[in-house]
Amino acid sequence: MANLKELKNRITSVTSTQKITKAMQMVAAAKLRRAQEAAENSRPYAQRMERMIASVAANLPSLDTAPPLVVGTGKDDVHLLLVVTAERGLCGAFNTNIIRAVQKETRALRDAGKTVKLFCVGRKGQEGLRRDFGDLIVEYVTLRDVKQLSFSDIRPIAEKLSQMFTDGEFDVCTLYFNAFKSVISQVVTDQQLIPVKLPEAEAESAENAGGDADDLGGAIYEYEPEENDLLGVLVPRNISVQIYRSLLESGAAEQAARMTSMDNATRNAGDMIDSLTLTYNRTRQAIITKELIEIVSGAEAL
Amino acid sequence: MADKLAFELVSPDRLLMSVEADSVAMPGMEGDFGVMPGHAPLMSALRAGVIQVEGGGEGPDRIYIAGGFAEVAADRLTVLAEEAIVVDDMDRADLEQRVAEANDELSGAAEGEERRLAEGKVGVLQEMLGAAR
Repeated sequence: MANLKELKNRITSVTSTQKITKAMQMVAAAKLRRAQEAAENSRPYAQRMERMIASVAANLPSLDTAPPLVVGTGKDDVHLLLVVTAERGLCGAFNTNIIRAVQKETRALRDAGKTVKLFCVGRKGQEGLRRDFGDLIVEYVTLRDVKQLSFSDIRPIAEKLSQMFTDGEFDVCTLYFNAFKSVISQVVTDQQLIPVKLPEAEAESAENAGGDADDLGGAIYEYEPEENDLLGVLVPRNISVQIYRSLLESGAAEQAARMTSMDNATRNAGDMIDSLTLTYNRTRQAIITKELIEIVSGAEAL
Repeated sequence: MADKLAFELVSPDRLLMSVEADSVAMPGMEGDFGVMPGHAPLMSALRAGVIQVEGGGEGPDRIYIAGGFAEVAADRLTVLAEEAIVVDDMDRADLEQRVAEANDELSGAAEGEERRLAEGKVGVLQEMLGAAR
């Protein structure tokens, strides 16, 4: 039978663990609210940007002269996966899910005879992928010191990305991140960044007819500078915006995941304390009973 | 036709401004231009400079932007700006110091990429200082 002191120590240690997980849960809840707000605030910009690109692209005289960021390099030999993860752990399967998806994709692309390169944003992704695909990680950015993500934090990432594209280091770039669906559900999402997926012309007109009250009835826009140049400026900007949005979403999803997993941890710790306390009391009782028996049988022997 | 122009200023962080204005003047990539209600549909890239809002009511009337895009459609003007600062909120002394710092950086910068970036920074800051005057 476990001794009493040991049991007591364990109860104390589990209780303090529970306090920590409880505190982390509350911190995550507070941060979640902020992160969710930031993610929602970034939506208008991204939406309007998308609409502008769709409109310019729909009016493009021909795709042949469009900037390479839009049409691609014409090959798809080298794939770059941009992996967005959290900086910290203790948030359930949040990071593992992304890492697993990226590993799967990497293997699939390799089997298809493509070259894969990895660009990690966030410490956890780099740590998780280092073991299997360490030699594939070409770039690693950590946002550890960033408290409140702002658009200027994205610039180095976006610049690096366009630089690599211009240098011909990759042909296709796909973004992997956790999308914030709801507080209890995060969805691993992959999105092709380069070459830009242009919205279909039909989809755009359907959206205009349905969602946009100011439907121009096919009025012709004037472009300044002309379509191709404008697209050449818009598209890189849009890439930054997409990265920014994914980072914000991932941030909100991370806090949500942490909140849920810490809630679970707190509950588990509670269960553990209950069962330990039960054992503790039983043991104590047993010892008392034993002592009583000893006294009684001692007295009877006299 | 509406006699007011719905003007929206959006940055990646949030929707900064949404007002009804009489007219808005902007620094276009190929020259400054003004937009009034009934303007033809237009899409333009913007360089760094000041947006001037006329008759915008409560909101600020001069906003500095560090480049962006403008879309005009059906009495609606949307400006997407990466960075926007209300001119009245700018701190002259702080800006002057930043210009001085950027100039130091420029004189110490090596040739090539570093120099180009420093030059760009000085240019943007001077534009801001000019706007603050």
